[in-house]
This record gives sequence, structure tokens and C-alpha cells, in this order.
Amino acid sequence: MEKFQTLHSSAVPLPIEEVDTDQIIPARFLKATTREGFGDNLFRDWRYQNDDTPKPDFVLNNPAYDGKIMVAGRNFGCGSSREHAAWALYDYGFRAVVSSFFADIFRGNALNNGLLPVQVSEDFLHDIFSAIEQDPQATFTIDLEQQKFTIDATGQSTGFEIDAYKKHCLLNGQDDIDFLLSIKDKIETYEQQRQAAAV
Amino acid sequence: MGKTLFDKIWDNHLVSQVGEDTQVLYIDRHFIHEVTSPQAFAGLEKRGIPVFRPQQTVATADHNVPTKDQHLPIREELSRFQVDKLTENCEQFGVELYGLGHPYQGIVHVIGPELGITQPGMTIVCGDSHTSTHGAFGCIAFGIGTSQVEQTLATQCVLQRKPKSMRISVDGELQPGVTAKDIILYIISQLTASGGTGHFVEYAGSAISALSMEGRMTICNMSIEMGARGGMIAPDDTTFEYIRGREFAPKGADFDAAVERWSQLYTDEDATFDQEYHFRAEDIEPMITYGTNPGMGIGISQAVPEVPAGNVTFENSLKYMGLQGGQAMKGQKINHVFIGSCTNSRIEDLRAVAAFVKGRKKADHVNVMVVPGSKQVEAQAKAEGLHDILTAAGFDFREPGCSACLGMNEDKVPAGEYCVSTSNRNFEGRQGPGARTILASPLMAAATAIYGELVDVRELLNQN
Repeated sequence: MEKFQTLHSSAVPLPIEEVDTDQIIPARFLKATTREGFGDNLFRDWRYQNDDTPKPDFVLNNPAYDGKIMVAGRNFGCGSSREHAAWALYDYGFRAVVSSFFADIFRGNALNNGLLPVQVSEDFLHDIFSAIEQDPQATFTIDLEQQKFTIDATGQSTGFEIDAYKKHCLLNGQDDIDFLLSIKDKIETYEQQRQAAAV
Repeated sequence: MGKTLFDKIWDNHLVSQVGEDTQVLYIDRHFIHEVTSPQAFAGLEKRGIPVFRPQQTVATADHNVPTKDQHLPIREELSRFQVDKLTENCEQFGVELYGLGHPYQGIVHVIGPELGITQPGMTIVCGDSHTSTHGAFGCIAFGIGTSQVEQTLATQCVLQRKPKSMRISVDGELQPGVTAKDIILYIISQLTASGGTGHFVEYAGSAISALSMEGRMTICNMSIEMGARGGMIAPDDTTFEYIRGREFAPKGADFDAAVERWSQLYTDEDATFDQEYHFRAEDIEPMITYGTNPGMGIGISQAVPEVPAGNVTFENSLKYMGLQGGQAMKGQKINHVFIGSCTNSRIEDLRAVAAFVKGRKKADHVNVMVVPGSKQVEAQAKAEGLHDILTAAGFDFREPGCSACLGMNEDKVPAGEYCVSTSNRNFEGRQGPGARTILASPLMAAATAIYGELVDVRELLNQN
């Protein structure tokens, strides 16, 4: 996993609530057996017509907006546990998603792939959308070490929560599996104790 | 202070603490399927490590399989490749596979319980959000992403933050025609699609304990649709009787010892929850959804809510569904009915459908698909004569798989058309691009198939 320390970027606004993982990546595109290439089908049915021509009014097809941050309405990532949703966002080029509320499984999947979920208040989210509305190229700064999100134009900032362990993983580019493999003796001890208790 | 059912099981599976919030949880049973496992196996291969406890993992092919002619090679190339990859991985890593053609094959959340693999007090994970289904047996069962599938394969553990606790009690007696599916659709409509986020739910109360195991599985299955990490129900005699005699259940004296152990799995009277909700069974009508998330549900006698001012998400949702705020749903013409999925494809569901349609014919303009949850359900439905009743009614009885629940395999609903579905998600495009899904119980789906429009099944039952 790539390290995440600070991110300075413009953002892509998606002011829709309850964005589910079937929208982020529809099931018919989950047939690959590798992690790469899902970005092409990110938001497929919102982004393209049935004949594969782009829908001009969808934000990813609007050249005014770009950047490594997606800003979306509350309950982002609800629904299916497909990690492909996090892979698709990452593969497309996003490194952080900002919302006022994230679904649990999506949040975990994002963190396991170097995609930072930044949860802010409903009011602050509104301010971010306003900043982008005023200037589509408005930039933002995310400082993971400080757990701080800043609207650069106004200097307005807010803190955000992240699990201490996951923060450590992201800052250092480590994944859970490295850690779990390192405590294998503890896992085996647990198994032996349970077996002994069951007899 | 007393402990909750959840705490008892969680604490019993705790291997280690990492920092303040994160814990290492031991996993008793791991289910895998073709869609969310290939990248995990590739990860093991890259690291050059084996599956740590292969005998605790079971695989099946369900999401991507056709539900016709399963004895023939899968026609769609990518689907075939993915299913073949699962077979290859299971052979290479020594994991038991109930693949296409195997008498145990079926939807992962149907076969685990019916084979007796799912047992009270266990921790269970699967790369599928509806893993919450297994909570019906008094398990901590939840869906995980592929990175965690890899962790589980490699170490039989996952890293988790302990969720908050929630208890939802439903007391009283259900009206005739109101089923487990209606209970859970009602609860989600009250709590919204995000109301359970961050929590693990225990369902309790007299209306819950009165349910069969199939009904309890339907309830726990949809816990994720209100955002909850999982749902569970304390095991009781109904649970023990369901498990008794199943293929992988303990037998003889071992079974008796297990029941004694399982009987300790309940929430202590003085235990407390972070959130509590109480509902009355009598308040619940046959439910349907009108929008594009499972929280957008109403009783069949109610009208579609008006769009709250300035709510773009709600407005888009009704536009997608082709519905207006204030309109009645009863009488809405329907062209497709799907009976299946990990929510409602068990033998009891098919019995309820067959009992309603026996001697009747589907409406001419409706396509009806019935997809049993497993080879075992399929065989039983045939043995009980349900298959004959359903085909005589003009229903298309197919072979087991996830089918039209998720628009991944060949079974899809055409754009712009309405489908009354016994599945779990009415998201945009879930059953195919542009498809309009209305979630309902198997009984409501059966009635829709016969009448060709949304009806209040209570009125029809009263007539008989």
C-alpha cells in the first residue's frame, strides 16, 4: 500500500446522498480477477449512456472539475461489501473521499487501500461544496498526521477522526496482513487455549 | 454488569488488542465465493504463503453463475474465467469447494446454515455484505472486503474495531399475510438506510422468537441495509432443532453437549445497549419499497411520500422509479417478479409462494422467475411438488444462484420496467441498468405475479 501523509488538491463534487457501491461500480463489472482497471467503470451508469457515450451532465465528464479528492453527500459507500468500489476510486485517481457520513464496510475497505475517508460535519461539507461552487479549481489540504482538513481559499479547517492503528498504517504504507502475520504465534496460542478449554 | 450476547461471543474470540480501538478477532468459519476471493488468493501467492486453516474455509460459486443449464460450460467468457479461477484456487490451496454440479452448491448464505456449518456462538466472515444472515443462529457474522478475505485466509483473523450495540425488539403478533420480510423492511423504513451504521444489532421480542429459522435469517440478512455491521438473534429450541441432524452439525452426545453450551448464549438481563428500539408487530403491514434504497419503504396501503423541499437525492430517486410523491402504490402495474436471493430463496419461502399460487395462473404480462437458494432447496422443492405447482402457474423455475438480485449474471430486468423482488436491494441498476426494483416478501411477490399489479395480500387472504 502507498503511504498517505498530506494531500493538496482540487476536488470533484458529488452532492448526492446514499451513494451505494452498486453506483460506484456496478456488479457486472466485477468479473476481473485482479485489482487494476476498475477506474474505467467508476460510476459507470451515471457516467455513460447505454451506448457508452459519456453523459455530459455527470461531474466526471465535466472538464471544469478534477483532482484527487471526491466530495460526496452523506452515507457514502453504503450497500455491498465489494472492495472493488475502493479500487475503482483509487484506480481513477482519487486518494481521499470527503463526506459527512460513511458506511462501515466501505470505510474499512478504503483504509485498506490507501484511500482516505475524511468525515466532516454536515455544515463543513456544505462549506466545501460552496467553495467548489465558487471556484471549481478551489484547492484543499489534508494533513493526516495532524488529522486536519483545510479549505485553502478561506483557511477554514476542521479536524477528522481516524483509528490510531489505521493512521499508523496509512502514514507508513503498511497493511493489516503484515501486522497479522507478525503475531502468528499469538494466534496459535489462542487456538491452543481454546482447544484446551473445550476439552 | 451483565453482558450482551454479542459481547459474550466477541470476548471469546479476542486474540489481541492493537492500540486503543482495534482488536484482533479470531474467525471460526470463512465462506468464500468467486467474485471477492481471486485477488485475495493472488495476494497469498505473491507472498508465497498458504491458507492458514483451510479446513475452516468453505467455497461455493453463486454470484456469477447462470441459472439455466448449469451442466453446460458457462457461456459468458469472463464469468467462466472467474468461476474456473475459484476452482483452481481451491485446488491449489486445499479449500473445500461446492462448485457448480455439486449437490451442496448454492448461495453462500443459504448453504452454510442448511449444511449445519453455521452454528451458535461462532464468528463467521465472508466477502459479502449479507453474511449478516448467519447471525440468525446467534453468531457474530459480518461481511468483509477482499483485503480482509486475504487476512482471514492467511491468519484466520481479522482486525476490527468493536461496533456499538443496538437492540431492536418487536413484540406482539403479526397480522395474517405479514411476514419476516415485512418486519425487516418496516424496521429499515423506520431507522433509514444508515440508521444502524457503526452498530451490531440484536433482534429480540416475542414476534422475533416466534419466527422460524428461515424467517430469522431473512431478518438478519437485511441488517446491512440499515448500515449495521451485522444482526443476531439469541439461539433457542427453534435454532437447535433446525441444526439437529444436519450434515456438519455435531451428532449424538456431542450435539447434546453443544446445545448445553449454546444455551448460555443470551443477553443478560442487566446488560445495556448503546441504542434500543421497540416496535409493535401489529403496526406492520405488508411492506414494499418505492425508492432506490431499502430505507424507502412503506406499507402497501400507504402513498409514496412527497419530496421534501430541496432534497435532490429523493427527487432523483422518484424520477428513476417513475413515481410521483403522493401516489398510491397499490394497483401499480408490474411486469417482472423475482423470487430468490440470500434473503428469500429457502424452502419455507418457496412453500409460502406455492401455497398462494396453487391452482392459479400468473397474469399474462408478467415474467416470473423463481430461483431456489441451493441445490438442496431445489431438490426439496421438487420432492414436495412445489416445482410442479409453480411451473403449472407459469413461473420459470430455475437453478440455484444469486440470479437477478444483483445484475451480474445473465438474469436481469430490462431498463424502465418494474420488478417486484424478494431480494434485498433496490439500488439504481441493481437488477440491470435502468431496472426499477420494488422489494417485497415472497407472499407479496406471489400475489403480484398472479394479479399483475401490486395488491394488498391481506385482502386476498381474507377472501379465502
